[in-house]
Amino acid sequence: MTQNYFELFGLEAMFGIDQTLLEINYRRIQSESHPDRFVTGTPTEKLKSMQLATLANEAYQTLKSPANRAAYFLTLKGITTITETNTAMPSDFLMQQMEWREAIEDAKVAKNMSVLDDLLTEIKQEAKALNAELISAIDTQKDYGAATKSTRKLIFMDKLTIDINKVIELIEN
Amino acid sequence: MALLQISEPGMSATPHQHRLAVGIDLGTTNSLVATVRSGLSGVLSDTHGHALLPSVVHYNADNSVEVGYEAQKKQNNDPHNTIVSAKRFMGRSLKDIDTSLLPYKFIDAVSSVGIVQIETRAGAKSPVEVSAEILKVLKARAESSLGGELVGAVITVPAYFDDAQRQATKDAARLAGLNVLRLLNEPTAAAVAYGLDNASQGTYVIYDLGGGTFDISILKLNRGVFEVLATNGDSALGGDDFDQRIFCWILETCKLSPRNAQDTRLLLSKAREAKEWLTEHAEANISCLLSDGEFVNLTLFYEHFIELTNNLVQKTLSPMRKAMRDTGLNIEDINGVVMVGGATRMPQIRKTVADFFKQTPLTNLDPDKVVALGAAIQANTLAGNKSDTDLLLLDVIPLSLGLETFGGLAEKVIHRNSTLPVARAQEFTTYKDGQTAMSIHVVQGERELVSDCRSLARFELRGIPPMVAGATRIRVTFTVDADGLLSVSACETSSNKEANIIVKPSYGLSEDEITNMLKASFTSAEQDKVARMLVEARVDAGAIVEAVSAALKVDSALLTAEEKHLIEVEINTLKNIALTENTDAIHQAIEVLNHATEIFAARRMDVSIGEAFNGKNLDTINL
Repeated sequence: MTQNYFELFGLEAMFGIDQTLLEINYRRIQSESHPDRFVTGTPTEKLKSMQLATLANEAYQTLKSPANRAAYFLTLKGITTITETNTAMPSDFLMQQMEWREAIEDAKVAKNMSVLDDLLTEIKQEAKALNAELISAIDTQKDYGAATKSTRKLIFMDKLTIDINKVIELIEN
Repeated sequence: MALLQISEPGMSATPHQHRLAVGIDLGTTNSLVATVRSGLSGVLSDTHGHALLPSVVHYNADNSVEVGYEAQKKQNNDPHNTIVSAKRFMGRSLKDIDTSLLPYKFIDAVSSVGIVQIETRAGAKSPVEVSAEILKVLKARAESSLGGELVGAVITVPAYFDDAQRQATKDAARLAGLNVLRLLNEPTAAAVAYGLDNASQGTYVIYDLGGGTFDISILKLNRGVFEVLATNGDSALGGDDFDQRIFCWILETCKLSPRNAQDTRLLLSKAREAKEWLTEHAEANISCLLSDGEFVNLTLFYEHFIELTNNLVQKTLSPMRKAMRDTGLNIEDINGVVMVGGATRMPQIRKTVADFFKQTPLTNLDPDKVVALGAAIQANTLAGNKSDTDLLLLDVIPLSLGLETFGGLAEKVIHRNSTLPVARAQEFTTYKDGQTAMSIHVVQGERELVSDCRSLARFELRGIPPMVAGATRIRVTFTVDADGLLSVSACETSSNKEANIIVKPSYGLSEDEITNMLKASFTSAEQDKVARMLVEARVDAGAIVEAVSAALKVDSALLTAEEKHLIEVEINTLKNIALTENTDAIHQAIEVLNHATEIFAARRMDVSIGEAFNGKNLDTINL
């Protein structure tokens, strides 16, 4: 497959993609390629359908999530966002992360749901700001160094969200 | 006997002809079959006009099988041979099941890894075989009312069924001679029936509480495309549990001692009747006569029923919250909540759901039929029949799939709620210099520790070229198809040679076992019975020979040489007779050996009691 994920959905390779068009084209591709369309097909047809539908799912999930989309875009430019040797983050960002992590731990011990809900809202705000930064860095400035930094931050925020949800689940049970 | 001509499934119908396809809801309590005729989805009834087929199978003394209402009548008098709610045991091993309140003799199967079986007079039956009996009846019903051979069927499963439970369902269908077009998640099926009926757009929640399973699915509907955003649930929570609560309450209130199987089944039936009555009444009378002459006469008030079952209702809230969190949506984003499953008739369920989503749930389609109706629509599309609506279902995997890594931790490879089909690869490397084999353990579940997840398969990769630790690259690929079924392949990528193996999860029935079962069902019942009795006699003979031989090894000092010789002679006689096909003679020889060892057994008993008491005070002896 020589097409990249953006091309697969007929999108221009950029950060600020047309989400509606992504959804419409994803549904169109699945409508044509999904294994449900080839239940009575030949084994070759079935295999091809399975491969294309799998690819479309993978591509769609990648482009739907801002962090994954930014990281994928940078990969196309030959930049690996997170590597074992390249994990340096600005110290103020790391401080902020540590504060959040401590707040999560405290809320976990105190079983304080409202603190966690507030944290999620705060993180959502932060992610929104990072999205704006990425549109500027990737689509306007073409400053991929700055984009890599923002992407890494966004990946951290996603992880934080997952961890908060895990704690919420724990408290609920 | 006339030879039957059987054409390949899917090939029999000529082009432009309507292909006969059905949707089957294989439920815990009731099963249904539906089909699309003249563009309308409808449930097929039996000759008496019953749409529901109780999911009950009764094994008769003459080896015949009854399914449905006939079987249901037998459940109180013959509980051991009447299997109810077999779905709860699908793809489960003995340790997964709380057997304390069930009137069955469970056995851990020897041949099929980890699959539980139930002892009946017709032999040990796996839940797969029991389910196949139900499916056979529905297949026959469909073929007689549609007047032709089926191209295939869509069979529904709870969305929260794991890989083992899905595989078991597919095995049951094959055993029943059905061509499975697709396994479809029950809430998704309900959404199809509901959504297409109402031409709805937007985001919908399907709350599906059946007899034994609970599912929650959140879907986005858009021009015939049903995209499942998240699913969650509890595959061991359902209406049955509400019956159990009432049952326990009866035992407690009447201070009844533990009951035999007949009474247990009778009281469970009464509990169920009371539960159903309380849907529309303020109180229910429970009265029945038990086998020991004791008479039960109680009144259960609705308020008390709510109290008894409150934590069951609350148990459905946590999966609901989890599913909502996974979608990242808020309550306000939900356009409608659809109630599915007979258990959602309970007013306290409807109220809880209404409070949670801040809207009145939709109940305008029969909660018992909606799943089968949706499955029929999907079956019609998959079979290639033209329909007005372009239907496409994009479903997800309910539970994460992963591999065991260092320290017994589960490393997730495919995350829950990934849209199907999905494939994901993970690279691994060797831990020691010159390592040539690697063992891979596939698990399913959300927990961190492997021991808390469900083990799906273990296999070994051999013939890895010896290299220094960390130089080898093993790529393990997980593929989950549109049925939600997993296959795993592994290959070694660092050497030029690519070893590729496909691994099917190891639980459930093997290909050979299915073939044998299919073959066996073709031979006459009488032959079957004779063969089974012989096998059973041989098993009994083997067990006693082994037990006596083992005892002789340990305790032969308790016998005189003459006594010992006599026993050995009888052991050899039995061994030889067991090789013949004379079932009666084997039974006789077992009797003879039993008799010959009576004195020996008595002496061993005396000794072991003496040892147990030796040097101990009464209060330290566990009796």
